[in-house]
Amino acid sequence: MARIEVTVDGVRYVDEVEPRLLLVHYLRERLGKVGTPIGCDTSNCGACTVHIDGSSAKSCTVLAVQADGTEVTTVEGLVRDGELHPVQQAFHDNHALQCGFCTPGMIMASIDLLNENPEPTDEEIRHGLEGNLCRCTGYQNIVRAVRQAAGGGPAAGRSPAAEGSPAAAEVTA
Amino acid sequence: MAWPLGGHAGGTVIPPEFDYLRPHSVSDAVTELGRVGEDAKVLAGGQSLLPLLRLRLAYPTALVDLAGVGELRGVRQDGDQLVIGAMTTHHEVLRDPLILRYAPVLAQATATVADPAVRHRGTLGGALAHADPAGDLPAVALALDAAFVIEGPDGRRTVPATEFFSDYLETAIGPGELLVEIRVPALGPEWGTAYEKFNRVAQAWAIVGVAALVRREGDTIAEARIGLTNMGPTPLRASAAEAALAGVSLHNGGIAAAAGLAAEDTEPSADLSAQPDYRQHLARVLTGRALRAAAAAAS
Repeated sequence: MARIEVTVDGVRYVDEVEPRLLLVHYLRERLGKVGTPIGCDTSNCGACTVHIDGSSAKSCTVLAVQADGTEVTTVEGLVRDGELHPVQQAFHDNHALQCGFCTPGMIMASIDLLNENPEPTDEEIRHGLEGNLCRCTGYQNIVRAVRQAAGGGPAAGRSPAAEGSPAAAEVTA
Repeated sequence: MAWPLGGHAGGTVIPPEFDYLRPHSVSDAVTELGRVGEDAKVLAGGQSLLPLLRLRLAYPTALVDLAGVGELRGVRQDGDQLVIGAMTTHHEVLRDPLILRYAPVLAQATATVADPAVRHRGTLGGALAHADPAGDLPAVALALDAAFVIEGPDGRRTVPATEFFSDYLETAIGPGELLVEIRVPALGPEWGTAYEKFNRVAQAWAIVGVAALVRREGDTIAEARIGLTNMGPTPLRASAAEAALAGVSLHNGGIAAAAGLAAEDTEPSADLSAQPDYRQHLARVLTGRALRAAAAAAS
């Protein structure tokens, strides 16, 4: 077993994990963060995308031990003071989903995209989201949502991890 | 409770069991590799290794994670060379001012690797040490005449790219050794470069890829270097095409004639994406495109 200290959605956890435990399983099964789904388990689909220290990563392709000392943000950590993150709001406003399975990963990848490129063209949005698959093929409204979020200013590209967390509670296993 | 994979009371686990070690210096990493022995695996960004572990195609007894070895990251200039730390991520390569200025072909190819989330974690050294012939970066390193600095229990040695990629997924890195840095020449503005990749869908591996570097003297190609991705078990140089390009004018069909030689001495594999003859056709077409783009980028 390996000891890890990781902050997830503003809460600091000190835990013992098997080295072979994938981050996505740690998030879902140990912490109950089932807002992050598992799609393909092959690094293709991007459904399990989270932010590690503010940068997107596919949590099925990261070991929990690799997240030691980092700040992880899942789709569940985006709401601030009851307000949806601008990208969440834009996905809602544009009905940027059909079945919704890809949505958490799409939102996390979109925030990362807007952090890198606050005013992307439609083509840049499509390339920026190439690691995230929507098997309903509902891409039109996803691109519209990202465009709308970009129009609302730089907050759309901000990951909560980058702004510092609210006073973190500590949970020790 | 029965878990679908792994049968484990702590929850779902997919990869096989291994020990996890996180050294903080190159010398400590080499010590750990020596202590564990041949069944140790180096963990860089993990974007190729973790899929292999999940599929149980690899059973290392221990992973030596280099994430804590700060000396392996970053890019610096050393005379007429760029020195790139093995743990420099693809994301960092794409934004590094020295690489963009002196080795842009590395950024051009890196931009086609997987997707942004994978590029945040994947590393240049990891991709080169993994040596997948369908990976984009080995052919670029070969075309750049990169030098690979490897550290082991007996100290450091430098291996030229022509000797580094020895076979399918095999390199000159021996047991107990570690790739620490990649040295590439700093190319001046007389060099133009391009990377042409053919694949069917976003984030897919190259069916064929071509890296072209062209040094121009006016309207003439003085020198060309061409690296081929996925045209055999290792990355290859298109030597016949390179030889045919020396002294060729940009305007009289010489590029097209040389590109026609790009598949000479290649033995590409057959798979679901392409048969060997189609791969050879792609190599010729993509070499022509890459050469024209590279020549246009040189001044």
